[in-house]
Amino acid sequence: MEGRKLRGMFGSQTKPETEEGQNTMSQAGPVTETSSQAPGTVSARRAKTLEAKGVNLYYGDFHAVENVTMTIEPNKVTALIGSSGCGKTTFLRSLNRMHELTPGASVKGDIYLDGEDIYGGGVDPVAVRRLVGMVFQQPNPFPTMSIYDNVAAGLNFNAGKVSKGDKDAVVEKSLRGAHLWDEVKDRLDRPGSGLSGGQQQRLCIARATAVSPEVLLMDEPCSALDPVATLAIEDLIAELKKEYTIAIVTHNMQQAARASDNTAFFNLDESGKPGHLVEIGTTEDIFTRPKQKETEDYVSGRFG
Amino acid sequence: MTPPPPADAAVLSTRSLLAGEGHRGGTLPSWAPWGALGGALVFCAAALAALGWFTIALTLVFGALIGIVAVYAWSRAVEGARRAKDRAITMAIASAFAVAMAPLISLLYEVVRRGVQGLSWEFFTSDARGVVGGGGAEHAIVGTLVIAGCAALISVPIGIMAAIYLNEYGRGPLRRALTFFVDVMTGIPSIVAGLFAYALFELFFGPGIQMGIMGSVALSVLMIPIVIRSAEEVLKIVPNHLREASYALGTPKWKTIAKVVLPTAFAGLVTGVMIAIARIVGETAPLLVTTGVVDSLNANPFQGRMQNLAVYAYNEYRSPGVMKQASYDRAWAAALTLIAIVMILNVIARLVYRRYKTETR
Repeated sequence: MEGRKLRGMFGSQTKPETEEGQNTMSQAGPVTETSSQAPGTVSARRAKTLEAKGVNLYYGDFHAVENVTMTIEPNKVTALIGSSGCGKTTFLRSLNRMHELTPGASVKGDIYLDGEDIYGGGVDPVAVRRLVGMVFQQPNPFPTMSIYDNVAAGLNFNAGKVSKGDKDAVVEKSLRGAHLWDEVKDRLDRPGSGLSGGQQQRLCIARATAVSPEVLLMDEPCSALDPVATLAIEDLIAELKKEYTIAIVTHNMQQAARASDNTAFFNLDESGKPGHLVEIGTTEDIFTRPKQKETEDYVSGRFG
Repeated sequence: MTPPPPADAAVLSTRSLLAGEGHRGGTLPSWAPWGALGGALVFCAAALAALGWFTIALTLVFGALIGIVAVYAWSRAVEGARRAKDRAITMAIASAFAVAMAPLISLLYEVVRRGVQGLSWEFFTSDARGVVGGGGAEHAIVGTLVIAGCAALISVPIGIMAAIYLNEYGRGPLRRALTFFVDVMTGIPSIVAGLFAYALFELFFGPGIQMGIMGSVALSVLMIPIVIRSAEEVLKIVPNHLREASYALGTPKWKTIAKVVLPTAFAGLVTGVMIAIARIVGETAPLLVTTGVVDSLNANPFQGRMQNLAVYAYNEYRSPGVMKQASYDRAWAAALTLIAIVMILNVIARLVYRRYKTETR
């Protein structure tokens, strides 16, 4: 079952879908296989695959990320781990064309969403971001808006006229999906900034899912939260992958182990050099039998 | 080689270490600064009176100086050099603040004292058409509000849109050039703005033209850079993560600005606009050139001359009627009214800010 909750360490996971165990993984290098839905996978909704091919990212002249090729599989959680400054967040932001919002930033290489190049000619970055949503490190509800309006923001801004009833339904569904409904249903008209940090982050997740994206990118969504709120978000992520493809940047290795299906390890040789993808595989493989020495050192807490 | 610690270092008690270097152990009573200041003032007043030079200003100046010196000496004897310096500097800064406030308070006091004598029902409800030694300033009040209102209508959209360009879209040399010219515009003498507006309208309407809207154009030249500057500052402090949150929902940039950035900055924008209006509402020179002097009520900015409070006050003072004192009183009353308008605008700005400010990180 895709929707099972991944609690505890990877070691306790059972892996019923043996046939998909090693299928679409590849190391940094050319992708030899396009991802196909593993047979027998049960999901509420078939989300879309993101594939990066030879992605190089720059801030002005600074080469931040070098030649990343990897696949983010549908209806799975892919964790991006690695030390600070190795380009995980930069890479994540290139996946919904947020990277280019930084002045001077540029992208080389291709990223495919369900086979379509999101950096291709005639592609509207705004449209890409509707399909690939993002949750940020700091919870950032819009301070001028109520809880309700925060969740409905995507509809209010971009969906043209939506009837009040439809909007109510979307808001309730999104808040329920974010495990927040019961806590806020009586105060939907209160400002979103009045919630606790963990609630705010779930509100932001509800806001991101309200526009029904295909992929959800999460940039260290729990780093500003306490362990209880973190656990709530991790449970939520396990639920969300039924409907979405999820990529999550995290500094917390237990979190990667607990919450993800696949893990990509990024590293950089030294400060000032570009970061690169060292290895990607199932989370279990990366944490128990990594192919690269670097990966093993990192996940076991030994460096150098 | 580090020098060996001084021999007595070991015997210093924790208590003296906590008290800090050069401390003598005592503490002045809490009333000491005020007491010393009061004593010094009384002493100076007495001494100056004895010499026959007594004035309030001299007493205050010498009293403050002597008070500071007295507190320094007293504190140095009881508390030690470091605290004595602290007390002396604190008092010096407080005195500098008092000196800075003095003209403001003196001005307000004088304007209120003289202004209330000219205030009457008639002052607010009648103009000065065909009256000798009487009349009111209704035409000037209406003119001030109309001219400043039109100036705001011109300046606010231009100023805020320019600030949006500079902060959200502008890049490279064009942005730098615009910022530079905005800075230059801030320094334009107001009479130049008036002459510019006059020259502009003269092109279309011929020489001698004077209208309310010309004054508004002149004031806009002064107001636009102020609005741009304050709006730019306010937009700058809207955190970038809010823009990104909006982009991540698939929102176009213009909509992000309209629905997220501007509402978040709303309180600051309104405050900036109010302060800009307050800044230009009392301008005299450009209006003298562009809107002229007139005695009767005219609320139409596109037709004929228009009076305003600043020019009215100037005119009542420069060419008083038969009853000179009544004219002077009316000039002061106009000044008081102008200050009241500025004050009201500032209070509104505060209230709006308090009501609509958004907490951002």
